[in-house]
Amino acid sequence: MDDHGVADPDRVPSLTPEDWLRIYRGMVLIRVMDERLMALQRQGRIGFYGEARGQEAAVVGSAAALAPQDWIVPALREAGAGLYRGLPLRTYIAQIFGNANDPASGRQLPCHPGTRASHYVTMSSCIASQLPHAVGMAWAAKIKKDNSVVLGYLGDGATSEEDFHVALNFAGVFRPPVVFVCQNNQWAISVPVAHQTASPTVAIKALAYGFPGIRVDGNDALAVYGAVKEAVDRARSGGGPTLIEALTYRVSAHSSSDDPSRYRDERITETWRARDPIVRMRAWLAFQGFLDAAGDERLRADLDAEVRDAVAAEESVPAPPLRTLVEDVFAEVPQFLADQLAEIATLPRQKLGGAHQ
Amino acid sequence: MPVWNIIQAVNDALRIEMRRDPRVVVLGEDVGKFGGVFRATNGLFDEFGPDRVFDTPLAEAGIIGAAIGMALYGLKPVPEIQFADFIYPAFDQIVNELAKFRYRSGGQYPAPVVIRTPYGGGIRGGHYHSQSPEAYFVHTPGLKVVIPSNPYDAKGLLLSAIRGEDPVIFMEPKRIYRAAKGEVPEGDYTVPLGQAKIVREGSQVTVLCYGAMVHTVVEAVEKVAAEGFDPEIVDLRTLLPLDSETVLASVRKTGRAVIAYEAPKTCGYGAELSALICEKALMHLEAPIARVAGFDTPFPYSLENEYMPSPDRVAKAIRDTASF
Repeated sequence: MDDHGVADPDRVPSLTPEDWLRIYRGMVLIRVMDERLMALQRQGRIGFYGEARGQEAAVVGSAAALAPQDWIVPALREAGAGLYRGLPLRTYIAQIFGNANDPASGRQLPCHPGTRASHYVTMSSCIASQLPHAVGMAWAAKIKKDNSVVLGYLGDGATSEEDFHVALNFAGVFRPPVVFVCQNNQWAISVPVAHQTASPTVAIKALAYGFPGIRVDGNDALAVYGAVKEAVDRARSGGGPTLIEALTYRVSAHSSSDDPSRYRDERITETWRARDPIVRMRAWLAFQGFLDAAGDERLRADLDAEVRDAVAAEESVPAPPLRTLVEDVFAEVPQFLADQLAEIATLPRQKLGGAHQ
Repeated sequence: MPVWNIIQAVNDALRIEMRRDPRVVVLGEDVGKFGGVFRATNGLFDEFGPDRVFDTPLAEAGIIGAAIGMALYGLKPVPEIQFADFIYPAFDQIVNELAKFRYRSGGQYPAPVVIRTPYGGGIRGGHYHSQSPEAYFVHTPGLKVVIPSNPYDAKGLLLSAIRGEDPVIFMEPKRIYRAAKGEVPEGDYTVPLGQAKIVREGSQVTVLCYGAMVHTVVEAVEKVAAEGFDPEIVDLRTLLPLDSETVLASVRKTGRAVIAYEAPKTCGYGAELSALICEKALMHLEAPIARVAGFDTPFPYSLENEYMPSPDRVAKAIRDTASF
């Protein structure tokens, strides 16, 4: 579609109006959530937050191309993909607060959710290290003759890491059902993509590894969905991996700890804000007659209430119990860890970290 | 009962477990058709085929990273890193990913990968075929670290490691891969992780060791025993979780401790053992703890036998400690 939401009808992937509205809902949820959670961070109520603002089409358009049995191996900005595929919002908010409801017992920085049920793998903060896992999971699916595909996400900065090259090389050699989606938002904190690579595109790198690479307008949900669906279908039918570069722009900061006005020309950011994927998708939906202004208002109000309710419910949940400090290091807590915990058990409890620091 | 070397014992353990559990797969450099540069995976490709045994591209981070992904998906990968010296490209995958997956996901995504890797000097291998990097992995919460010293333990410990639910760094003493021979039951048996073995009972001084160094210590003890000394030898077998009960009971009995390890001395595993003894058994000590270790230098080529603790060096430490 163009910047005003006009698309060639012959090239629009075949989905029902309900499907497109569901994708739009997933995109708006990210926006509403980002606004609310950044505000909480600024108020000191959560410790950290990383927005996906302006990248909603790349996140949800790609996730929508997966079947229920497929898996997501995410990077930092794909929580919206998890939510779209069944990661409960309350579970995500619990992770952000690091409270007792977090399945991982508050062990990680906010924006690192994951549940087995939603097929959304719990990420680390390391860059590109998840990509060999995506290859290994897809490889295992192939060995077990499962019919599932694994989607591995990355950013443009990750293309400089050795794990990116290792993963693409293994994928090219063993041809497991894996699809890599690079959200090229053109900034790795303060470093522009031109300083990450001298390649004219990210997509072109796939050719050297022996499989297709495709660049797509990352702010166009229709285009992202279409490109990823084609790659996922090919992977599922034994056709091997694909690298998809969704070209977008990080219109906000890297994270709540960052200030982009110190290192980039924000006039360029404004030109990308004008290509807002949500505005474009809403215009397209309106042209099709799938969504009117009142419906859009209602959707936003509903999602805002959903996020506020989840925040209100999770903010009052207490911190994880002390024993979680030593659980899950191994399958069973070994004696030496039980002994270490016993050393502090009778001492006064310390202040919580994270949001309360 | 057949008399096997460590290679044959490791090979047999892999075969037994691959027959028993279809989730077990083997991957690494040259492990397929060639059967591994040390032949530890010999015959597995022929028996289990290209869907269970994989020759990978030459990239350690890819081997371990892909193995982690396989484990997340429910397989039980046993990757081989050809030499422990080459494990560092996979260090981030091991330390930040493998070791932390269970913890960071609240137990939802365990990654039970058993990494086999030959370690240690004494084979005229120079800097890059001789290192003993066990301390890095013991220092990484979430990993178990196992180092057998003989064929019987190698088979039983490897079977335990693969059947467990935790990631294991399984370091194989390549200097004695073929030299250490012993009776090995042909069938299925396990040696539990976390249990040390008293190789020789003695009353006078405890000598703590593991892996290839056990054989150096045995040689040293034969010398000093002939002179009238009576050392006790403890083969740790598992460095993490450590069988601290056996270690401390022995030291409390003898009142003296010598620790032999071939890694660089500073912050090596012997430092941890020494600290443990000081914390838990100081009042039983009748002599300073002695560490006999590699030098704090890169591993040398021509003078490797001076670098590594020799039977003479260990024997001297035992005499000095016992007579303090």
